Amino acid sequence: MYDLIIIGAGPAGLSAAVTAYEAGLEKILLIERDSELGGILNQCIHNGFGLHLFKEELTGPEFAGRFIEKLRDTNVEVMSDTMVLDISEDHTVSLVNSSGYQHIKGKAIILAMGCRERTRGAIAIPGSRGSGVYTAGTAQRYMNMDGYLVGKRIVILGSGDIGLIMARRMTLEGAKVLACVEINPYSSGLQRNIKQCLEDFDIPLYLSHTITDIRGYPRVNQVVVSKVDEKFRPIARSEMVFDCDTVLLSIGLIPENELSKSAGIVLDPRTKGPRVWENMETSVDGIFACGNVVQVHDLADNVAAEAKKAALAAARYVQQNRQQDGELELKTAGNVTYTVPQHIHLPLSEKLVEVSFRTNRVFGKCAVVVADREGNAVCRYSREYITPGELQKISIPAKLLEDKEEYLTVKVVEEQK
Amino acid sequence: MYDVIIIGGGIVGSATAYYLSQYDLKLVMLEAFNDVANGTTKANSAVIHAGYDPKPGSLMAKYNVEGSRLTRELAKKLDFPYVNDGSLVLAFSEAEVETLKELYQRGLANGVEDMKLLNYEETKAIEPAISDNVHGALYAGTSAVVSPWEYCLALAETAVRNGMELKLNNEVTAIRKNEDETFTVTTVKGEYQGRYIINAAGIYADKVHEMIGEKEFTITPVRGQYFLLDKSQFTKAHHTLFQCPSERGKGVAVTPTVHGNLLVGPDATRVDDEDLNTTADILAYVKETAALSVQGIDYRENIRNFSGLRARSDRGDFIIEESRSVPNFFNLAGMASPALSSAAAIGLTAKDWVLSKQAYPKKEHYVDSRRKIRFKKLTDEEKNELIKKDPAYGRIICRCETITEGEIRETFRGPIPPQSIDAVKRRTNAGMGRCQGGFCGERVANILKQELGLDYTEILQDREGTVILEKKAKEDYENV
Repeated sequence: MYDLIIIGAGPAGLSAAVTAYEAGLEKILLIERDSELGGILNQCIHNGFGLHLFKEELTGPEFAGRFIEKLRDTNVEVMSDTMVLDISEDHTVSLVNSSGYQHIKGKAIILAMGCRERTRGAIAIPGSRGSGVYTAGTAQRYMNMDGYLVGKRIVILGSGDIGLIMARRMTLEGAKVLACVEINPYSSGLQRNIKQCLEDFDIPLYLSHTITDIRGYPRVNQVVVSKVDEKFRPIARSEMVFDCDTVLLSIGLIPENELSKSAGIVLDPRTKGPRVWENMETSVDGIFACGNVVQVHDLADNVAAEAKKAALAAARYVQQNRQQDGELELKTAGNVTYTVPQHIHLPLSEKLVEVSFRTNRVFGKCAVVVADREGNAVCRYSREYITPGELQKISIPAKLLEDKEEYLTVKVVEEQK
Repeated sequence: MYDVIIIGGGIVGSATAYYLSQYDLKLVMLEAFNDVANGTTKANSAVIHAGYDPKPGSLMAKYNVEGSRLTRELAKKLDFPYVNDGSLVLAFSEAEVETLKELYQRGLANGVEDMKLLNYEETKAIEPAISDNVHGALYAGTSAVVSPWEYCLALAETAVRNGMELKLNNEVTAIRKNEDETFTVTTVKGEYQGRYIINAAGIYADKVHEMIGEKEFTITPVRGQYFLLDKSQFTKAHHTLFQCPSERGKGVAVTPTVHGNLLVGPDATRVDDEDLNTTADILAYVKETAALSVQGIDYRENIRNFSGLRARSDRGDFIIEESRSVPNFFNLAGMASPALSSAAAIGLTAKDWVLSKQAYPKKEHYVDSRRKIRFKKLTDEEKNELIKKDPAYGRIICRCETITEGEIRETFRGPIPPQSIDAVKRRTNAGMGRCQGGFCGERVANILKQELGLDYTEILQDREGTVILEKKAKEDYENV
């Protein structure tokens, strides 16, 4: 019996393992399906990692390396090249690797499986069906792990961060990125990536546009890009044709929760991740979740921070019994699409409750308001700018919540001019 | 010199190959693409129809019912996925209920067993997700779903294991008759001499026939488009759900697949040549029409769209006969639905035709079985035993479908080694799942590279030309 089993050794799993060890857990097992630890960080050879956590600019592998170094001095057991096939509600983990198929148990479990990319099928892009269409992450893996370019003339659909990073990367390797096409009227990536990966290389970004046809067989040779109206319907006669051999898709990420489902964990249809408490515990007692398996983050630093929270809570769960019987639900209103956590235990063990959320539109000067059941504002946070492409965070002082009941509502209101 | 040359490695050519390879004769199959099951066979509804649909007395009626029975037996013997899910034809009006009665009578005339007419309540009881506008249904218990490409591979692999030569990438360009009454078939790769020709060239069957014979029939490709949905949508249909044939056409089917997904489609659109594009308007039509049968299909869970072609003949029926202008040349043409259901019976007939020409003896040693390792389906003990023998079975390559490196490596030692990423998918299911190879594609490419001794830039997604990687990094580009 392990104290803690962590599934996935990307930024979430690595950070959780280090934190849980430092918090005094004795028997920790970290499981990774790849042969190396680090997860997707290993193919993210660009810099920009670690600014918040380590106060310096690191590449993805370096960021992972910081945690891997720390793990060396611990007794955390690492199983790489190992795939978890099932988790049950009683904390039994079924896994397979080249030494066999086995079932093991943990007092606590942390889910850190990350996410996967949405594919062409998810948005049913019509057209020819030869080669030349890839998710941005797949192209990144071929580029950075294998040293091969997927194509020479590229159109990118979606302005997610991986697509933006790949626009720069492919350009630096000599390919021509013709356009980045985004169906929304705003970019879904970080502002800094729009600047550093598109603008600095004169790559046009077409907002409110989408790909309406892919042509060419056996390999893509053209795409048709159309402007869309406010309901995302293509506008006739707005077509532009690009001669290209490659389409990269950066159209969103989906938390990977097949294992969570097998454990009977309740998922939030909005995040597609587990519903969690303020300490990252899921609906199943003693199973915690963190990182992109819960909600898609913009920064690995935030993933690591969320994992730390989960690991501390898991350690507390193993070391002592919880004495919290009150609870508050976090609801959303207006343009807030979801919050993480979705529930808060009362009384709180921490002084602050961190809440992250996203909106479905851009706001200028505005305020994030947390209201109680009666509709009275509990706290209010001014913001200069909010965009759906960037994960928002607020920290609510625990003492403001002591006498609250049933639920809180999080919303964004425009500030009066 | 070959006794029999089969042109085309789809389901019909492969079924013929399977039966002929039981006889002591020299057999070769010429396939234009780099794998069998690479045309119409790989893109259709994957349904083994019960046989109430074709007009009594037609070849389609005859071969469908017999073929459906043979498919069930072959699935057991040759180990390919087959699920007897049963089908329902749904009626959306009282007039359509009358059509169901006609279909029922046709079924009886065609010799279909286990049919029942159901009212709305009875239908709802066995298929809870059907829409409220259903008035009744025709249930057919013998209807089934298969993995069409695995079915085809099972047949072709067994034929190869029993001595058939398979020539991939051999598109036929000319056929001539020699003085001694034998044929010489010219392909892009070489020449093959044989006594008898079986033409199973799918949508090209008319063109292949006309390389030597007169115009006896015309094949028109009729395209159908599909949605393949994630396993999360599997429970939306427990049976294969058809709609009544009407002026709208044959309607759109909603069916579970043997792999645990949900398949929605097809439309029917005449196209020129091999047009496998998908189009926004037709996909919207397919969705709308399917909603008549089942409501609440979540198309955000779509994992793939594809098109398939029906090889429809101008005779409105299968063409299963010796060419009228070329003796010793047998046409298996017009292989539109229910060709997949009928393939085994058609193959048997083609075999009988060859034997009627020349009484080849049966082989003494014939391997008439095939077993595939499906790691996911094994017990814990079996899994461990396998991993102990070969640790590659402990490494999962495709996480969505739980496919191991061992299963993938094994296909390269098989009778028809894969030549592309999709060929690996057809043999193992790696890449079939919700991430569509996003995770395993690169890993499969690496295995292909090692096993076939290729450079990355030679790795194919599917057919010739579908290269996935253009250039090694740091090599300079010119003229981009």
